[in-house]
Amino acid sequence: MSKFHEILTGAALAAALAAPAFADPAQAGPLGLGRPALPEEIAAWDLDVSPNGDGLPEGSGDVATGEELFSDNCASCHGEFGEGSGNWPKLAGGMDTLDNDDPLKTVGSYWPHLSTAFDYVRRSMPFGGAQVLTDDEVYAIVAYILYNNDLVEDDFVLSKENFLEVTLPNAEGFFVDDRDAAELPLFVREPCMENCKATVEITAHASVVDVTPDE
Amino acid sequence: MGDTTQKGQTRRGFLRAGVAAGGALAAGAVGARAAAPDPLITEIQPWAQGFGEGVDATPYGMPIHFEGEVVRRNVPWLTADPISSINFTPIHALDGTITPQGCAFERHHSGAIELSKDDYRLMINGMVARPLVFSYAELERFPRESRVHFCECAANTGMEWAGAQLNGAQFTHGMIHNMEYVGVPLKTLLIEAGADLSAGWVFVEGADASSNGRSIPMEKALDDVLVAFKANGEALRMEHGYPVRLVVPGWEGNMWVKWLRRIEVRNTAVESREETSKYTDTMADGSARKWTWVMDAKSVITSPSPQAPISHGPGPLVITGLAWSGRGRIARVDVTVDGGRNWRTARLAPHDGDKALHRFYLEHDWDGAEMLLQSRAVDSTGYVQPTKNELRAVRGLNSVYHNNCIQTWWVKPTGEAENVEIS
Repeated sequence: MSKFHEILTGAALAAALAAPAFADPAQAGPLGLGRPALPEEIAAWDLDVSPNGDGLPEGSGDVATGEELFSDNCASCHGEFGEGSGNWPKLAGGMDTLDNDDPLKTVGSYWPHLSTAFDYVRRSMPFGGAQVLTDDEVYAIVAYILYNNDLVEDDFVLSKENFLEVTLPNAEGFFVDDRDAAELPLFVREPCMENCKATVEITAHASVVDVTPDE
Repeated sequence: MGDTTQKGQTRRGFLRAGVAAGGALAAGAVGARAAAPDPLITEIQPWAQGFGEGVDATPYGMPIHFEGEVVRRNVPWLTADPISSINFTPIHALDGTITPQGCAFERHHSGAIELSKDDYRLMINGMVARPLVFSYAELERFPRESRVHFCECAANTGMEWAGAQLNGAQFTHGMIHNMEYVGVPLKTLLIEAGADLSAGWVFVEGADASSNGRSIPMEKALDDVLVAFKANGEALRMEHGYPVRLVVPGWEGNMWVKWLRRIEVRNTAVESREETSKYTDTMADGSARKWTWVMDAKSVITSPSPQAPISHGPGPLVITGLAWSGRGRIARVDVTVDGGRNWRTARLAPHDGDKALHRFYLEHDWDGAEMLLQSRAVDSTGYVQPTKNELRAVRGLNSVYHNNCIQTWWVKPTGEAENVEIS
């Protein structure tokens, strides 16, 4: 009985403490939930690397070491030289193809930031074995990817110190979404309802392309 | 799929069903006298005589087997491996607006992981006064909201930029689902951690090996983003991020991070793989748009369509489809049966639908002649869904993402339909 009484008291106390928050479900302040994240926990999960170099770990790696690591960990999908295999992503080549009918978008031809390659390889590669590589190994693999894109020489060593000295060819190739300016003036309009065009002809058939999976 | 299932549900089956439809046509008008009494009516059927299944035969029910064709399908040539791939919602066979979880499209970058509520942790760090870790149970102690939203992959209809390719609404427009979510506003968790709300961005990532990290502007994070744990009344499915995913209303599906494990408050975008090498839109001159988050207004006729041919002759025909806009609600949908020469305004099923799917119907008296069917959505901002050629004029053929063009189905006198482009 006394134990039951204690529980009731505890619940009533908690309700009283929480009362200001419940009075305003839109919530003016914290509810005191969660626990502090420990520095070791943040270090384990906060791995992202930014274009300005924030988040880069200490370390370095050279092209030759990268070639060996790439062959062992990456080449089965990406090819020995980053040229790709089947439908797997190509990492090298495609320079000056972005305005072609079928652009080849690789780390060298398309990616704007080297930090993205480091971030992704360290966090998510190799496919099916994420985060098995050391930071030095990631530097080496990224150096090898640069080499395969003819962006560095074979004696190149990539490190935290010289990372920001590498600029990818398409760094200036991106612009922030401009649909509000470029498209809304065209497409916010009064739609035509009657006699909108004189003739209509079929100009393309999916059945001719014939790539729909069988049901 | 076999061709021994319900008539008319597969293209092969349709050819046989067409013979029956032709017979009915020859017999005359709708409601003609039957040649003989229907044994389904005159003979006592087993289901009218004996027992059905008792309760608990299936503690969690699946659709009846007659509906076995209403499933997600993928396009194997699109991707290298189903671990990092996408499949498509069978929108041609659904009605209403809510997508059942079991057939809602999946997109994984490193497979659908099995993460229990007990093992789940959510971290908030970065520009916060109190870096915090939440358990799943703690998330359920915050005030909740419930809202319906569509989730559309930015690549939906992406295979159609260069020409009419895939023959079915499921394949051309099925990278979308629409569910009723329950969750905690992201803003609530940011306040709990004492986040600097003047910071520019939050970076969100998942617990799977791909992490699928994305940067979201703080303005959006504080507006309507939900940290969701329920969909359509029940727990999220594994393939949709169980136990917790992000809901980013009106914005491209890639930002709806599944198995959400970390929220970092920052001053700059991370420019991760998913927001640079992917989910950027290449223009004709080779430059690329980035940060194209909002999904433009769009619609598609789901029936009739290539996988949902007309199985009857001339006369009453229900034309129906879906419409949605990432900028708000759908104000109106117009439908044409003559390839855009003349349009009629369809009937919208009553529905509030902010950044959610809307269902439209047009009751049509079909004369049995061929039709070039299109739908055209108008959203609450006055944006009118463009034609494919209008989009191409702005973006070229290599954008991959954000193709919200008007779709054309060529319906033949047989009732069969094909994905085509028209002048």
